[in-house]
Amino acid sequence: MTAFTALFLRDLRLVLRRPGDVVVVLAFFVVATTLFPLGIGPEQNLLARIAGGVLWAAALFAALLSLERLFASDYEDGALDLLLLAPGALELAALAKCAAHWIVTGLPLALLAPLLGVTFGLDGKSLAAVALTLLVGTPTLSLIGGLAAALTLGARRSGALLALLALPLCVPTLIFGTGAIEAVATGEGFTVHIAILAALALMALATLPWAMAAALRQAGE
Amino acid sequence: MAPPVPTASLSVTELACRRGGRRVFDGLSFSVTGGELLALTGRNGSGKTTLLRALASLGRAESGTIAWAGADIAWLGHLDGLKGDLTVAENIDVAERLRGVVPDKTRLEAALASFDLTALAARPVRTLSAGQRRRTALARVASSRANAWLLDEPLNALDAPAQAALRAVLATHLASGGLAIAATHAALEIAGARVLELGARDARGELGA
Amino acid sequence: MATLHFLANPARFRRFAQRVLPALSIATALAVAVGLYWALVIAPPDYQQGETVRIMFIHVPAATVAMGGYVLLAVLGASLLVWRHPLAALMARATAPVGATFTAVGLITGSLWGRPMWGTYWVWDARLTSFLLLFFLFLGHIALSRAYDDPDRGDRAASILALVGAINVPVIKFSVDWWNTLHQPASIMRLGGPTIDPTILYPLLWMMLTFALLFVLLVLLRTDTEIDRRRLEAAEMAA
Repeated sequence: MTAFTALFLRDLRLVLRRPGDVVVVLAFFVVATTLFPLGIGPEQNLLARIAGGVLWAAALFAALLSLERLFASDYEDGALDLLLLAPGALELAALAKCAAHWIVTGLPLALLAPLLGVTFGLDGKSLAAVALTLLVGTPTLSLIGGLAAALTLGARRSGALLALLALPLCVPTLIFGTGAIEAVATGEGFTVHIAILAALALMALATLPWAMAAALRQAGE
Repeated sequence: MAPPVPTASLSVTELACRRGGRRVFDGLSFSVTGGELLALTGRNGSGKTTLLRALASLGRAESGTIAWAGADIAWLGHLDGLKGDLTVAENIDVAERLRGVVPDKTRLEAALASFDLTALAARPVRTLSAGQRRRTALARVASSRANAWLLDEPLNALDAPAQAALRAVLATHLASGGLAIAATHAALEIAGARVLELGARDARGELGA
Repeated sequence: MATLHFLANPARFRRFAQRVLPALSIATALAVAVGLYWALVIAPPDYQQGETVRIMFIHVPAATVAMGGYVLLAVLGASLLVWRHPLAALMARATAPVGATFTAVGLITGSLWGRPMWGTYWVWDARLTSFLLLFFLFLGHIALSRAYDDPDRGDRAASILALVGAINVPVIKFSVDWWNTLHQPASIMRLGGPTIDPTILYPLLWMMLTFALLFVLLVLLRTDTEIDRRRLEAAEMAA
């Protein structure tokens, strides 16, 4: 078992011991999404048109909710020092934590969203698009959010600051995610959008672990 | 009998560190080698933690050099570094794995026994008292095969039996060739320990007996 | 003695600034006067847009200099992280608010220009969206650098942010080429040379120069202030 796997499994185990934390995030997602049909009215055509955007925006906010604790608990109990001292690459450690975060946040959101999409009157193809775009796009959100979390460790108003930093950086992913869902609804192919979502994810994977590691080292100093 | 660990050595030259915008010490020079214990003493704010963190590469030095040779460092910080929702045994186990080392069950059990934690091995750390947590953190250090221990206030929150346990474990570590540097208010009471006192402003480190 | 190390470069900067600022201020004032007269009075009205084209003389330079300002912010960030240059941190703190202001001017003038030209104050196309992102990146930098009790920590965190966000600048520049946007394509910096008539191109280029001078002047002034602020904080800590 490598250090990466050990950290990944440790974080998963920690979440499993406090399942309430995950449930709260998913519950928020459900509640936030349901607000829109309630607020806008039951007109099916309108709901179907905004479904993609609403689901994506709500998923983004839900993911952000849980990101604040990503590095904060290690920072507060001193475990971050041990991560900084570990012989392996800090970049991998950051990646392991983001991966664990995605498994318990992004992945469930991607699976839950199509169920909510039904209440918006989306058809089968659109529901599949919702799930697929979120599956491909949420890893990027975990990475960007991870960077924002690492940058704001120990800062004042870290929650609001995290959102201020992460949301603008997440905008491209949001745009192409919702664009893909729209493209399916209008009958055009969505391959281009998915390809760009995947490219964004790869770019994030190739750059953000280094930025996160740099930010974590600053936090340790 | 475990194979002997390679000996670590440390050489510090003209070290200066800042904290929060002011210089806490400068011109610090000393060396430590296997089998030696160096106690860092001084008032609060004299830079003991800053020095220790700089030695561990957790903090940055302003100038000077820190040269380690053959060192595998185990760190005990001001905070325990334990995850509250994991048990005592799990914490020590995962800490070793994060260092890229396959945990040795016998060492783990021996470390737990030295700090009287065997009965608590399956308890989540968040249910323990401060002293019990500190002992868990010390057991983590003791069960690792590191040859250089950096300890920040290891005696904190320890009652008399626990302090005795720490001294015994330290003595064993030193006897097998390991080195230890400990920042401490209280006296470590280990024979042969060298003391480095950090003063208030421009401390020039003088090694005393 | 502890502050001597800190003052090494900022002191040199202060001497440099004291020599340069008076001349720079006069040059900038002259450039502004000439530029405004040229752009608002001499340059001919556009045959399609009429007088409203004159907003372009504010909008384009503001937006261009804002993007250049972000590049400066990223370079300063790299210089701080790699070389621990003390002046880089202070200049970055000075640059971000100026950059944010220029971006805001670009956004507002663009919006005002958009209404008569395309019939809308705003549209979510690639260029406008990425330019708005630039504004938020500046705001994030300002907030992050000041979010810590230890100013060094804030400076370094903000530097990382500046570097990560740098990808946005080429996106803004090339967004009008990569996507069909409502915003018009490049007319100056393009292969084949500019497509604008010289009677409008030259005052535009002059205004770009003016805005650049203005940016530099404001950044130098603010950096000077940041040095004083940091000195004051250091003195308070030592007391």
